[in-house]
Amino acid sequence: MINNKIHEPLFHLTKRTSVNAKRAWALRCGAFIVSILLCAIITLIIVELNNQRLVSEGKAVDPYSIGQYFDDFFTGAFGTPKVVWGLFHETAILLLVALAVTPCFKMKFWNIGGEGQILMGGLGAAVAIQFMSGKASNASTIIVSIILAIAFGVVWAVIPALFKAKWNTNETLLTLMMNYIAICLVDFFISSVAVRNQTGKLNFLNWPGTVPPIGPADFAGRTYILKIVIVAVITTIIAIYMKYSKHGYEISVVGESPNTAKYVGINTKAVIIRTLVLCGVMCGICGFLLVSATSQTLNTESTVGGRGFVGVLISWLAQFNPIFMVLVSFLVVFIQKGSAGVALWQDGFNATSYSSVMTGIFFFLIIAVEFFVNYKLIFRSDIQAKIDNFNGKIKFAFTKKKNAEGSAILQDTNGEEQVEEAQPQIVEIESPASDETEAKEEE
Amino acid sequence: MKAIELVGITKTFGSVHANDDVTLDVEKGEILSLLGENGSGKTTLMNMLAGIYFPDAGHIFIDGKEVLIKSPIDAFKHKIGMVHQHFKLVDLFTAADNIILGEKMPRFSIKEKSQQYKHQAANEISALDANLDEKAKKKAIAKINNKRNLKICALPFIKFVKAVAFNYLPRNRAKKLQKIADQYGFDIDLKKKIYEMSVSEKQTVEIIKVLYRGADKLILDEPTAVLTPQEIQKLFAVMRKMRESGKSIIIITHKLNEVMEISDRVAVLRKGKYIGTVKTSETSEKELTEMMVGAKVDLNIDRQLPVDPQPRLVVEGLTVRNKDGLHAIEDVSFTVNGGEILGIAGISGNGQKELLEGIAGLQHVESGNIIFYNPKENKPVTFFHNDLKQVKKKAEIGMFHYPDGTPVDLKGKSNKEITKLVNDEQILYYENEVIDLKHRTPREIQELGIKLSFVPEDRLNMGLVGNMSIVDNMMLRSYRKGKSVFVNRKRPKALADKIIDDLGVVTPSDMTPVRRLSGGNVQKVLVGREISSSPKVLMSAYPVRGLDVNSSYLIYNLLNEQKARNTAVVYVGEDLDVLIALCDRILVLCGGKVSAIVDARKVTKEQLGLLMTKMPETVERYEYAIPKDTKTETVETNTEAEVKEEESNDKQ
Repeated sequence: MINNKIHEPLFHLTKRTSVNAKRAWALRCGAFIVSILLCAIITLIIVELNNQRLVSEGKAVDPYSIGQYFDDFFTGAFGTPKVVWGLFHETAILLLVALAVTPCFKMKFWNIGGEGQILMGGLGAAVAIQFMSGKASNASTIIVSIILAIAFGVVWAVIPALFKAKWNTNETLLTLMMNYIAICLVDFFISSVAVRNQTGKLNFLNWPGTVPPIGPADFAGRTYILKIVIVAVITTIIAIYMKYSKHGYEISVVGESPNTAKYVGINTKAVIIRTLVLCGVMCGICGFLLVSATSQTLNTESTVGGRGFVGVLISWLAQFNPIFMVLVSFLVVFIQKGSAGVALWQDGFNATSYSSVMTGIFFFLIIAVEFFVNYKLIFRSDIQAKIDNFNGKIKFAFTKKKNAEGSAILQDTNGEEQVEEAQPQIVEIESPASDETEAKEEE
Repeated sequence: MKAIELVGITKTFGSVHANDDVTLDVEKGEILSLLGENGSGKTTLMNMLAGIYFPDAGHIFIDGKEVLIKSPIDAFKHKIGMVHQHFKLVDLFTAADNIILGEKMPRFSIKEKSQQYKHQAANEISALDANLDEKAKKKAIAKINNKRNLKICALPFIKFVKAVAFNYLPRNRAKKLQKIADQYGFDIDLKKKIYEMSVSEKQTVEIIKVLYRGADKLILDEPTAVLTPQEIQKLFAVMRKMRESGKSIIIITHKLNEVMEISDRVAVLRKGKYIGTVKTSETSEKELTEMMVGAKVDLNIDRQLPVDPQPRLVVEGLTVRNKDGLHAIEDVSFTVNGGEILGIAGISGNGQKELLEGIAGLQHVESGNIIFYNPKENKPVTFFHNDLKQVKKKAEIGMFHYPDGTPVDLKGKSNKEITKLVNDEQILYYENEVIDLKHRTPREIQELGIKLSFVPEDRLNMGLVGNMSIVDNMMLRSYRKGKSVFVNRKRPKALADKIIDDLGVVTPSDMTPVRRLSGGNVQKVLVGREISSSPKVLMSAYPVRGLDVNSSYLIYNLLNEQKARNTAVVYVGEDLDVLIALCDRILVLCGGKVSAIVDARKVTKEQLGLLMTKMPETVERYEYAIPKDTKTETVETNTEAEVKEEESNDKQ
């Protein structure tokens, strides 16, 4: 009578109205694992091609396998205590950048100028070190460089905020463009004001007035413990600020609903400026730490090195939750360092570019999986029935295994589940996806 | 043959069954009313016919054939046209432009045409007279071929010219449109721009648009909600004409009188389920109500006479401009008294929003005064609104007296003594506090200690934060209190739990984001918060919009409670029946001006409808002329008893 195959589209999309947190995190973890596997496969192919080239050139090559890949990967990330310190340090710096932009994003102020704000912070510190090192006491140099770094960072963050508050300009464009102005200013400072040596590069290594080494050092003599502690403290403060303070509450109200903010009498302009000052302070501290402690130099390519943008992604992926940000930034650095470890043993691999590619794959998959967190695919009913049947079988096997282990915990202990146990083949079972989520048709 | 037949249509949004196994049919040339409360799934069902949603299960038959409607284009192919509640028109275009907008040029395929010419030529050649000699034949064939080639060569040019004519010469189509309009008796000038049009004209444009595209099955989604009674009659006349010309019409509504008047049959939905279809001639409003709401609901709103109405909020010559710099509100003056409900009637968009927002400090007031009388007479001063300094200052001006009537002189008293006096409620005000609210921000109004509550029209966009929990929404108004840097969630949580209990908010927990609640529950949360501060003035804009009958009555009761507390209540509504039944006085807005302030107990719907559309020559301003001692004379005996009873209740 009625032919379903003709009258139904192959699949349609529905939006989930409520997102199951467990399922969402399971999907995200799945995406992380898949991204590493995908990295492994791509690497194996590239290495194979590379080896063929080397063999044709008459060079000896080592055999390469997926085991070797993971060996290199984990050695790169966790191989020695020094490497582990580096891993945590990089995590801390990225985390600080992500924390700095988080209040802005929570307020729906799309500040993508973290890069420039940090660079300006670094410039502030560099100015102080350049002119005070050796002339004033070390302590006063450090204090002045902190103050200047924060001041520079705040100025760079507040300019777009003022424009936004006063004329409602587009903050995304303005903050982006401010990055390039910051780069030019730093270049100007390096080439025209500061350079004292022949190389044309700024180098503050072990200058008096920079942050002295504290705690264990890595192979290059750099120490990390101070920065990790500072970032840990800032993370705690920001987490509390966002969740429990009146300011944090105002930020969420302004971000979620500007009309409601107006309705309850929140001064939106003041909140925007205040929040960007906070962002500027954190960026300034970040710049100070990078210039005075970590790299003890200032240049436009590697001092900040794109962390301003990666921080934005981390903040987004952690959904503006400071605690999740710790995890996400750790994963990002883990992939970066691991990939660098893989590249180290391959002839002709550029560690920086290679790890950028791998981080890109990670971000790509993590962002793509958000689609499946928020939407649901419903196939044509005959196909859907097969999928449901298949899911049901898996579920059945799963519950049977659990029962065999002696734990009688079923996923849901309603009557349908028991019927399913008795006749798994005949009863049509709802897929796990459809019984836990609510779907809404997209317009 | 049925024009439309729906069989077993089911649609779920998550756990909510918007439509559950609905079966419905529409004959050719009939008007079917689709009746149901808000949220009973009427619009969802029709959206599936119009291709906006895709049903989860069920079949749709159009003219006897099963069809698949995946998109509005599919619906259009099956000659289904829907006029939505919210119009989809381009403001800057004329009506005619809007109607022909997006129309596709008739198909003109060069390939097909050239094939056709080739066939034609081949036929002509084969049909040539066989008796012709070789030479003449060749000549004839060459002639035919030349003609064919010429025609084919000209095709691209013809297409181009046609496209140009189609895109740039829409004049004759405007004529065609006017013809359609005249045919059905639409009274409209199609050359007018949309932004110059009234709501009813815009609706007419939408209907003509659907007709022009050849629809013979029309769906009208609550077409009367935005119209005055007179305009509704016009619309119904047009609908009858369309029925005569054989079109099928489904009209979605929840107004019973309209159902009885216009439709041939009525289909009733309740909570997504199909209840039944009845012939209008064989049913009554009572039966339909029962079908619609299930159990019998008491439809009477309890209205008491205002007790001791004293001016609370006086608005004088208020003028507010909207975003485009036009006068949204012009020279509006009125008084709201404590203990009454002042209704504001008017077609939506006639300045209601700007009026309330102007008073609440959310819109810039161009001119006029908003004076608030804080009922302080003979009431003790508190530290809730004043600090010690302010109390001293006010005492110096001579604003206070002791309970025995002697004026307060605080000179020579220590701060401790004053604090004790205030806390013991020994210092009383002589007079009501008079405060001008003009040019005050919402925060200033709050800090002045003026308890002005406002339930805005667009709940989730203004008033509440959708993604925040109920608890966090509770503290929107109060989070600033105290000097601590951190917010205190204890009190808001207690308040949230109280509101959930008292008003029966259906929610999994008090930490559920407000966005996930249904419309009625969202409104309960908002109204609950706004009345929790025991306001002196409560302004509510369309507080029952989108709510089912039971939730609506809960809101009416809450407003009446506030009225009994001697609060000045302003109620902006769209349902005239409710306005007449609930309010004490009704202010009618027409084009941003007051066209009348009338006694709600005496006015009729038709009068209100007229006042909403046309400024009368003399503006009636009904005020309570009931001094306290003459009240007994003017009030009927039975209501007098009620008043006395209420007064004694108040004393208790």
